[in-house]
Amino acid sequence: MEELLEILSELHPEVDFAAEQSLVDGKILDSFDIVSLISEINETFDVVVPPEEIKPENFNSAKAIWAMIEKLRDEA
Amino acid sequence: MRTLLEYLDNTASLYPDKLAFAGGDGREHDLTFSELNALSVRIGSFLAGKGLFRQPVAILMEKSPEEVSAFFGTWQAGCFYVPLDAEMPKLRMLKIMEHVAPKALIYDESLQELALELAGKQEGTVAVSFAEASACGEAPELLQKVRERVLDIDPAYIVFTSGSTGMPKGVVANHRSVIDYIETLDDALGCSEQSVFASQTPLYFDACLKEVITVIRCGATAWFVPKKLFMLPVQLVEYLNEHQVNTICWVVSALTFISSLKTFEKLTPMTLRTIAFGSEVFPKKQFALWRQACPEAVFFNLYGPTECTGMSCFYKLERELLEEEPIPIGRPFPNTEVLLIKEDGSLAGDQEEGEICLRGTCVTMGYYGDPQRTAEAFVQNPLQKAYAETIYKTGDIGKYNEYGELVFVSRKDRQIKHMGHRIELGEIEAAGDQLEGITECAAVYDNDAHKIRFYYSGDLDKGSAVVGLKELLPRYMVPNVTTKLERLPHTPNGKIDRKALKQ
Repeated sequence: MEELLEILSELHPEVDFAAEQSLVDGKILDSFDIVSLISEINETFDVVVPPEEIKPENFNSAKAIWAMIEKLRDEA
Repeated sequence: MRTLLEYLDNTASLYPDKLAFAGGDGREHDLTFSELNALSVRIGSFLAGKGLFRQPVAILMEKSPEEVSAFFGTWQAGCFYVPLDAEMPKLRMLKIMEHVAPKALIYDESLQELALELAGKQEGTVAVSFAEASACGEAPELLQKVRERVLDIDPAYIVFTSGSTGMPKGVVANHRSVIDYIETLDDALGCSEQSVFASQTPLYFDACLKEVITVIRCGATAWFVPKKLFMLPVQLVEYLNEHQVNTICWVVSALTFISSLKTFEKLTPMTLRTIAFGSEVFPKKQFALWRQACPEAVFFNLYGPTECTGMSCFYKLERELLEEEPIPIGRPFPNTEVLLIKEDGSLAGDQEEGEICLRGTCVTMGYYGDPQRTAEAFVQNPLQKAYAETIYKTGDIGKYNEYGELVFVSRKDRQIKHMGHRIELGEIEAAGDQLEGITECAAVYDNDAHKIRFYYSGDLDKGSAVVGLKELLPRYMVPNVTTKLERLPHTPNGKIDRKALKQ
């Protein structure tokens, strides 16, 4: 989780990612962020985020992103 | 044909009940051609009733079918539109308002507070909501008078592009240039009343003309894709399929967004037949994924500066390209000529590099209220001095390959293309220089990672630096990576060493 928060704050150092709940719906992230974020996640956590997992409920908060990563790790 | 209004006259009578524009992030009111026409007539009547003619009218609306009717409404009154957008930082909008001093500002109710603030700072600007302007009674006699007075060389719009000093440049284009552009573009891409577009670009750029004017000219249909879908690749492709979209003109980064996230392993666009992209390098691997996913589609690379009314050159991808070969920008549209001019003012020879200069009706009227910067880029054709003829110097270096196709080589200056947007790195640095606590700063572009990197020294912490830049710059110009350094590297003669920063 710490590593994920680091990746996120590298994208937007001014956003409080531990608290923010609407990263996608609030348009805090944009399409460029999603592409960078997913390649960072794939590399750092040794998972492959499939396209169908890129949905608002998985990306609206750091907690949701983390839950998705853990799920992908379990499945692997 | 004199103005773009004649396209609307024609399609509103040929296809009154056909859907013209739908969707968007605004108030989701889809419009048929007759509805759009009626709205534009009422907005035109409102503006003409205020005595406005050949005046700039600012438009501050969410991307929506109604916004298109407001554009045509300004033309009904013989005026020209200046699009603003809630995505622009407020300071940028204030600069534009001050520079253009529009006589009227039409706004969405949802943006009322911002609109009134913008208009309040500007003496002589009437702020009116879209609802109020479009409820005005029709004034056919006034609008008829406008039609008699207006010329095809009257401005249609001003759109602002990045300027290296921090002051954006307002490109003024007239009706004749847009007509010339759209007719040749539609021929090249094969657009017709059968075309169904999914529009990706914001309406405050000239890039939107491809869909907006083509729809009105041909009686086609365009769906305004909600912005959020450009974060959700599977839903985005589902959206294209659901609306049976057959034509897209998108920036490369929107296309690679879909392909790089492996979306095609899940589903592919079923109905796309024409895929146009432009203004940036399309990575070969990503392009191959698109071609494989849409085997029936025809692909076009488009190239052109805002100063020449949208796109000026096109390349239909047919022959196999070599691994290391960039996708050519091809050849100019009919009625446009490319001159490759060398430093000494003469034409470049075979395989020689030269600055891409454009001549033709596409050349716009220069930068609004800015004769100095206009004179730097819009110049007399150096190849003939017998009569007045303006060409536009793009600042892009190009050459012809062995097939006689034009290829983009590099930029002369520090302008970059990022996510389809044209950006002066100097404008980012000018914003950084304005921030309290920054001693020195530099912006460089990482071509491999497609990232804008911003380096600075000073007391300011990184978070505040990013917040400060976001207040001054449009979202697409905000650096992707910001790094604070003890001090910036310098060259022996004292300039910031940008080459060292790039390594």
